[in-house]
Amino acid sequence: MSAPLLEVTRVNKSFPGTHALKDVSFELLPGEVHALMGENGAGKSTLMHIISGVYAPDSGDVRIDGRPVALRDTRQAQDLGIGMVFQELSLAPGLSIAENVFPNRAPTRLGGTIDWRSLYRQTRVLLAQFDLEVDPRTLVRDLNVTTRQIVEIVKALSLNARILLLDEPTSALPPTEVEHLFDVLRRLKARGIGIVYISHRIPEVMAIADRLTVLRDGQRVGTHAVAEVTPDRIIEQMVGRKITDLYPPRADQLGAELLRVERLTRDKTFADISFTLHRGEIIGIAGLMGARRSDLLRALVGVDRVQSGSIIIEGRRVHLTSPEQAFALGMAYLPEERKTDGLFLKLPLRQNISVTALRDFSRFGLMNPRREAAVSQTFVEKLHIRTPGVQQIVGRLSGGNQQKVMLSKWLVRQPKILVIDEPTKGVDVGAKVEIHALLRELARQGAGVIFVSSEFPEIIGLADRILIMVEGRLVGEVPAAQATEQQLMLLSSGYHVQESVAGV
Amino acid sequence: MAEKSSAAPLSPAQPGERHWWTSALRRFIGTRELPLLVLILLVVVFMANRNPNFLTIANFRAMAVGFTPTAIIAVGMVILLVAGGFDLSVGAVLALSGTVVARMVLDDVEQPLAVLLVLVMGGLIGAVNGLLVTKVRINPLVATLGTLSIARGIAQVMTEGVSISGLPPSFGRVGGEQIANVPYMVLIMLVIVVVGDLALRHTRFLRQAYYVGSNENAARLSGIAVDRFRIFAYVLTATLAALAGIVLASRLMAGTPTAAQGLELQVLAGAVIGGASLTGGEGTVLGAFLGIVFIGIISNVMTMEAVSIFWQQAVTGAILIAAVAFDMLVRRRRV
Repeated sequence: MSAPLLEVTRVNKSFPGTHALKDVSFELLPGEVHALMGENGAGKSTLMHIISGVYAPDSGDVRIDGRPVALRDTRQAQDLGIGMVFQELSLAPGLSIAENVFPNRAPTRLGGTIDWRSLYRQTRVLLAQFDLEVDPRTLVRDLNVTTRQIVEIVKALSLNARILLLDEPTSALPPTEVEHLFDVLRRLKARGIGIVYISHRIPEVMAIADRLTVLRDGQRVGTHAVAEVTPDRIIEQMVGRKITDLYPPRADQLGAELLRVERLTRDKTFADISFTLHRGEIIGIAGLMGARRSDLLRALVGVDRVQSGSIIIEGRRVHLTSPEQAFALGMAYLPEERKTDGLFLKLPLRQNISVTALRDFSRFGLMNPRREAAVSQTFVEKLHIRTPGVQQIVGRLSGGNQQKVMLSKWLVRQPKILVIDEPTKGVDVGAKVEIHALLRELARQGAGVIFVSSEFPEIIGLADRILIMVEGRLVGEVPAAQATEQQLMLLSSGYHVQESVAGV
Repeated sequence: MAEKSSAAPLSPAQPGERHWWTSALRRFIGTRELPLLVLILLVVVFMANRNPNFLTIANFRAMAVGFTPTAIIAVGMVILLVAGGFDLSVGAVLALSGTVVARMVLDDVEQPLAVLLVLVMGGLIGAVNGLLVTKVRINPLVATLGTLSIARGIAQVMTEGVSISGLPPSFGRVGGEQIANVPYMVLIMLVIVVVGDLALRHTRFLRQAYYVGSNENAARLSGIAVDRFRIFAYVLTATLAALAGIVLASRLMAGTPTAAQGLELQVLAGAVIGGASLTGGEGTVLGAFLGIVFIGIISNVMTMEAVSIFWQQAVTGAILIAAVAFDMLVRRRRV
């Protein structure tokens, strides 16, 4: 076995109020994909930031090729061969691929002007290594997400990186493209490059990683060869307890019809959508990017207008022109982007919860902060929201807890129909299980839930019935109990259009 | 749980069991009003010892009369800022209102009716601002810069650039008379500030300002009528600007088309010094009021110390930058 590329030994790092890393050790071999797993707040990002020179450790050391290094900044880490690709893609969309790959290191001619021909040639060589036949002059804005992700990797490699840090590289990719990225990673492995791969997604880690290290509460819980560990064991280590059932049991019986959608059509977006939702039922909508699932949800709650078709709530035909109307009829809508569309990050938790029901928290037009605090407190307890108090600014909570706050703000209104776009996006496993159980509990109490998720396992596990959407049309319906990921993938890709086409 | 339900709804109280003095200090710095109040008192104590003419009823009355129009407008402006809006036209609306009310009074329109009509005119200008910003989606800076020029221009055309004077003495009561040493106009201003502060803190309706301003999308998707609220805030601000114009005309016994040049910047500076954020979601009426009092006191001090009036504007700018810089530093440390 060859000597490790990177060794982190007994590293500690504290921030005011938290001990983010406790005696964590980590090792990366050449040609290895080493996955780093753990819930949000487990210390993955802190460790990444130490390796990439953003933070200095309080104690412990970092060695590269066996030599101890004291990284002062990311620039120095780059010089030592550490390349980073972070969650938020950091490319400039208005510039070409070549300009992005060589941001301030473009080859120059005499006099300091950029040697464009050489710049494009060098970029083309780098892209060719990954079978990317794109013109280096293409603007990044015109590339799809996968290609951008690869350009990002190429950018890191152009600095002769031998250690590549990838933070959730597939989070923005459609499921069909993941394999393409894995191809690229395999080539890098073959060249002896070591890859640290941060991900929540266990199946992906099982598919691409050689070893994995689990962190929990700032400590290393274990390092395993992927071949010798099961998904259940990984989850157990991440969460710190045994999770017997990832998904709650399905509905045994359905109630009356809550929502009926007939031939709903929005120009250039979706067409002829028909389905029904019953009390006690959870419907999942599967599809790939561009299937227009989120647009459908937005139209259901009156955010976007429709041109034809009808929405019937408990037998009453409604004509929605604004979200307020939909909410007054007992609907709730949880958008996909909780930070930009769902929450008021600067405001305290309790004000985030009361926003949908200000009338219930006021008398004679005056707010009742005491009631607001008390009701919020009951949600904090019921949903196990981890927060120092209801006065906490929501922007400081973790993703899972923010998601629970967003749910709470609707539960205050006791909605009949919950419309949810990605119920657990960016939420760690523990909170995920809790949110799934909660949604099932709401259904059992008589609510209907309709959700979109980009994770097939979540759709299969949580839903009673699955609708498949392809390019703005419903192409199939499958009972979740019999669905498989392969089947959903096939249907979502538009290959099979044989199952019952709902409601037509 | 460190829960303080009696605290003002939007003061970011810090939870956690630290020493009482650190949490006290945090809460002190966490609000903008208290440090500002302490600063104002320090200046007052300092000046009282330095200049015997400072701490006198006459001086304080002059100061209060001086910043009354600014403070009246600030009540609307801070609500607008909290809701993520912005209005540059207030100074021009003030001038236009002053000239229009003076013209009407000279033309023998009943005074209460004239006042009412001018307030409605102010509201209409605000509605135009609001509609331009929310429905036509023009940037508030551009939209209100436009109405600023239009209002100022109309005032000039109406008066041909000359103040309208010769108003009947009865029109000067609000601006000239007083009760227990407090001029009526100052009294009106104080009532508006107190009512505005309590309303922004406690009413359900104005609570929406914080939601709209902190995250417009989330507010809309939580069932808040975002556009309607913003338009209301523009109408309120412009109506208060019209009221300030009437009050000032009453004090000067004239409608002056060139009155209150640059007043919009004073109002904004005061609100921001008092903790309002130009990106929305933050601010209180009390803070904005104290900000304006602070600016008022500083320029009074400079006048007493015989600093050139031309320097005063520069100092206001320096205070504004210092206040925002202080805020950034404190905030960076807290996160």
